[in-house]
Amino acid sequence: MKSLGSIRRSFSPWTDPSSKPFISFRNVTKRFGDFVAVDDLSLDIYTREFHALLGASGCGKSTLLRMLAGFEQPTSGEIILDGQNLAGIPPYRRPVNMMFQSYALFPHMTVEANIAFGLKQDGMPKPAIAERVTQMLKLVKMEQFAKRKPHQLSGGQRQRVALARSLAKQPKVLLLDEPLGALDKKLREETQFELMDLQQDLGLTFVVVTHDQEEAMTMADRIAVMAHGKVVQVATPAEIYEAPNSRFVADFIGDVNIFDGTVSRAQASEIRIEADAGFAIEAASSAHPGEGAKAGFAIRPEKIRVGRQMPTGNAVNAAEGELWDIAYLGDMTVYHVKLNSGKVVKASSLNAVRAVEDPLGYDQKVWISFDRDAGVVLKD
Amino acid sequence: MNRLLPAIVNRLVIIIPYAWLLVFFLIPFVIVLRISLSEAAVAMPPYLPVFAWADGLSGFIDNVRQFSFDNYVWLTEDALYTNAYISSLTIALISTALTLLIAYPIAYGMARAPATLRPTLLMLVILPFWTSFLIRVYAWIAILKPEGLLNQLLLSTGIISQPLIILNTNTAIYIGIVYSYLPFMVLPLYSALEKMDHSLTEAAQDLGCTPISAFWRITFPLSLPGVVAGCLLVFIPAVGEFVIPDLLGGSETLMIGKTLWNEFNANRDWPVSSAVAAILLMILVVPIMFFQNAQSRLDREGR
Ligand SMILES: Nc1ncnc2c1ncn2[C@@H]1O[C@H](COP(=O)(O)OP(=O)(O)OP(=O)(O)O)[C@@H](O)[C@H]1O
Ligand SMILES: [Mg+2]
Repeated sequence: MKSLGSIRRSFSPWTDPSSKPFISFRNVTKRFGDFVAVDDLSLDIYTREFHALLGASGCGKSTLLRMLAGFEQPTSGEIILDGQNLAGIPPYRRPVNMMFQSYALFPHMTVEANIAFGLKQDGMPKPAIAERVTQMLKLVKMEQFAKRKPHQLSGGQRQRVALARSLAKQPKVLLLDEPLGALDKKLREETQFELMDLQQDLGLTFVVVTHDQEEAMTMADRIAVMAHGKVVQVATPAEIYEAPNSRFVADFIGDVNIFDGTVSRAQASEIRIEADAGFAIEAASSAHPGEGAKAGFAIRPEKIRVGRQMPTGNAVNAAEGELWDIAYLGDMTVYHVKLNSGKVVKASSLNAVRAVEDPLGYDQKVWISFDRDAGVVLKD
Repeated sequence: MNRLLPAIVNRLVIIIPYAWLLVFFLIPFVIVLRISLSEAAVAMPPYLPVFAWADGLSGFIDNVRQFSFDNYVWLTEDALYTNAYISSLTIALISTALTLLIAYPIAYGMARAPATLRPTLLMLVILPFWTSFLIRVYAWIAILKPEGLLNQLLLSTGIISQPLIILNTNTAIYIGIVYSYLPFMVLPLYSALEKMDHSLTEAAQDLGCTPISAFWRITFPLSLPGVVAGCLLVFIPAVGEFVIPDLLGGSETLMIGKTLWNEFNANRDWPVSSAVAAILLMILVVPIMFFQNAQSRLDREGR
């Protein structure tokens, strides 16, 4: 069995103040005319990290990568790679290779020649080139296609060749711009794990651009969520999912319910919010706004319980409504509950047993409830 | 009926270009070939034999028996013709190379220009076609002659003290051909360069190429179909070019177009001039086929 995400090494140099970042963007801004594509952005990436840049289309991911590769110059700020300021260093002298969004395979060359291209350019001796090419072909399982031209390959095969070509020079950093964008879902998932294995086996630093959050969550050690040329949050996939630092991140990653309301009590480690949806929320939270301020409470659907009875105990973190919609997805069921206040809440539960006796049905009165530490408090 | 009609239309679409070739190329060529096998005569038309429907089949066969390759033999015996062919090919070859050298940077610049500017640039390349070809060649006489614009400019700026003799030399012919055929080279080059993905040269640079080596290893090879097409479009008409050498070239410049014109008009020797034309065509067919072959191969690889 392949090594999967769950059994990867424990790796967290960003928590260690003594470790030095390998790549540093320092207050980097990139303007195209009046348009600010990257806005005063600072970001550290560590050696051997699998780092994903995640964000909506047009938020500046490719631009950031292209500045690292040397195809665009920052308007201001600096980029440091391995202690060296990259300003003024042309692309062909950077120890960085890029896998292009469009693959950019050379159409007039065979698969072999494409992979050998960078090595030849470096003046590597012929036998060594042949050996490396064979090794790369084997790595991406394309041995039998060595003599083909790119137009004779399928999309997935081209992607493999592009990967092999960018890996052939064994760069310190590999930049991948939407590497799996052209693949169908199944091939995509397979390739994600292959990429992870590869990165770990070769001990490289990967910076991957994607706008697919699932892909970022699967592959990356850390994710930088970007919006409008800025990094909104940099954290591990779990932190991003469980503790989004803003409404934007909470909304962007996965499904979420956000209850807006007013803070009625703020203590050191607990906060009480009178939700606009007509019930009180008591949540564990250390950082929170003061009493009387507006706040939001974000909670994932799988952390909300749905039941027929009012939960015992106090009347907080629970609200009554009726079942509006039920979607049976096989592994889980998603409920849409319309609270008495009119707000629709999404809740999901795993179908752990095969047939539930007396399942919930449409238009029934139900109660939703959740635990104190099931969600996060959002300022603003 | 409903199904028949589209089928017929389909056929027609295929037949039209072939019919065009038949009517405007093959039939005239057969006529030229037939005249080249005849014998010059002081008559109307000025060659023998002449076919007539009245002769019937036996008359036709008799006439065909009179055909001979004498004119072709004659062409090989007189060095004048061989020299004219060689000099035509040389001039065409050099002109084509010069045109390519000048057109490539122009086409490259156009292809890299902002997309909004490209239609204007394209327009500028085609603009000379709006005035008569003949007038433009005459204009070059005014520019190149000893007391012409170019010499006046150079003399007045003190770069030269004696007027340059350019008119009526091969240099003038090169200038004329390069100038006249430049658009035919620029356009195919531009279309080849314009559709090229810029990320390919970025990828080459990413893998360690300087911009210059990226050009030679990626851009240029990928533009070869355009280079081949452009060279064909310039080379073929340049070999048979008559107007430019006649107006700009000297009396000692031998070009096959001029030779042909002389045979036809001055000597009124239709059979020999037909033979000249037939040989010219055969000389050209070889490089055309070669280039066509190369082009279709490149096209296949380019995808
Ligand atoms: N050369 C350029 N000139 C002008 N604007 C540009 C240029 N390159 C990028 N931009 C603009 O900068 C913004 C960021 O572009 P970028 O390519 O980085 O987006 P992205 O995050 O990679 O998006 P996608 O997910 O669609 O690839 C976009 O709004 C784009 O229009
Ligand atoms: Mg992009």
